[in-house]
Amino acid sequence: MRDFVSKRASNLKPSGIRKFFDLCAGSKDIISLGVGEPDFITPYNISEAGIRTIKRGRTQYTSNSGIVELREEISSYLKNRYNVDYDKEDIIITVGASEAIDIALRAVVDEGDEVLIPMPSYVSYAPCVELNGGIAVGVPCFERDNFKIRAKELKEKITSNSKVIILPYPNNPTGGIMEEEDYREIIDVIIENDLLVITDEIYSELTYGKRHFSIASIPCIRDRTIYINGFSKAFAMTGWRVGYVCAPKEIKNAMIKIHQYALICAPIFSQYAALEGLRQETEDNYQVIEKMKEEYDKRRKFMVNSFNEIGLHCFNPEGAFYVFPCVESTGYDGQEFAKLLLEKEKVAVVPGDAFGESGKNYIRCSYAYSMESLIKAMEKISKFVKEL
Amino acid sequence: MEKLEKQIIKILKENSRYTISQIAKMIGENEEKVQETIKGLEENKTILKYTTVVNSEKYEDDKVEALIEVKVAPQKLKGFDALAEELCAFEEVVSLYLMSGGYDLAVMVKGNNLKDVALFVSEKLSGIDGVISCATHFLLKKYKVEGESIISGDKEEKRIIV
Repeated sequence: MRDFVSKRASNLKPSGIRKFFDLCAGSKDIISLGVGEPDFITPYNISEAGIRTIKRGRTQYTSNSGIVELREEISSYLKNRYNVDYDKEDIIITVGASEAIDIALRAVVDEGDEVLIPMPSYVSYAPCVELNGGIAVGVPCFERDNFKIRAKELKEKITSNSKVIILPYPNNPTGGIMEEEDYREIIDVIIENDLLVITDEIYSELTYGKRHFSIASIPCIRDRTIYINGFSKAFAMTGWRVGYVCAPKEIKNAMIKIHQYALICAPIFSQYAALEGLRQETEDNYQVIEKMKEEYDKRRKFMVNSFNEIGLHCFNPEGAFYVFPCVESTGYDGQEFAKLLLEKEKVAVVPGDAFGESGKNYIRCSYAYSMESLIKAMEKISKFVKEL
Repeated sequence: MEKLEKQIIKILKENSRYTISQIAKMIGENEEKVQETIKGLEENKTILKYTTVVNSEKYEDDKVEALIEVKVAPQKLKGFDALAEELCAFEEVVSLYLMSGGYDLAVMVKGNNLKDVALFVSEKLSGIDGVISCATHFLLKKYKVEGESIISGDKEEKRIIV
């Protein structure tokens, strides 16, 4: 019997995060700061809407693009919240923002096309690029720039095969954000090199002290942009699998073809639940989201200040729910530090190089955990560092 | 009330055993300022007391608790306040609230035993000028106290309900 696994599939590197957490599996008493999802329960009214949908017998396929009410609601939400303009016809409801990333890349990446990705970044981009025969090109970002992507480093990575740039801000794992002037600095490079922008703004509702700015709100960029967002982080709906992608007509038509064949539609009850969430939030002036953010902000400050106090320099992340302290001062790199920390103090963090070479001397800690857990974890990390 | 005071109170209400250092980190403020603010709140009696919420299934203090619904004839020129003040003076009265609806005052009472609570109602409470009627309900079991569920078993990382 021959080996049936495709070359592309077998060439995919396994997730660095998964690898690390398999080490933790089976060990009790580990305090984990690894998870990348909210520790909040989906708000009651949203869950109820989903349950109602099922009870009413609405369990069929929806149209491929998703229910029209949700697309309309998203259209007005994006306009009001971020000044981003998409009509309901430009929007596809996807199975999580994860599917949006996948179909976006499948719609635009040909064999040999280069996709520029800021490093460190979320683990899924490069594999999705490679699965389509594309080449993932990491653009290093540095702590001195608060991990923003800069024109200088971007230019250095551009070749005649560069086709797409992924801009994931607020960023996982660094928590870095891009403000309007940061985007304007790279716009010229993007336009001059005729690049397509894929902007993954899944953490758009989680910015601290600053309003989130979307690159898609810049008119000259909008027509060369695929906009991705979802409900997982803002509404604690990770398990519901519902997100969305917006794009200009031709690209959207290409994506819908792939979506039709591969997935047909996102779960109907998740769509109705998301609709309820968006409607209620808009009516309530985003109270639920603000409440979550307030709690996250408290934890964020606690983590940043705690790490700096220990002597592990932690830049101030203005988005998402991660801190990305540098462990270089200990003499260990992220991998070694994380491994030793796990062995000695049973605290699990994610080594920064799981997100790209630039993360080598860093660790990622999620603060989507209770304050009690964070306090315990920081006490142990502090003890660990002192004893090094 | 200043923003800082509100933030600190919110944190202390969640857990009054957070250290000054921890609170300072959560707010992003220096420790002296936090310490000073808390002291001020204690001195002006905004913070009345620090206490501990206990799981009544695991710690039995052998006391009997009751909720007494009291109907009251409000006094001329004084309303409910004078009567409330008189009730507050009793050690047996743990909490006292003015309520809307079918009765006026909700009195939470704690006594050594059923007889003690009954005596409190019949001798002390009913005798107060202005008290029209009392309905005493004895507390049988606590399921949730101050936001903490008593009944759920050990569970993993608690998810916050928004």
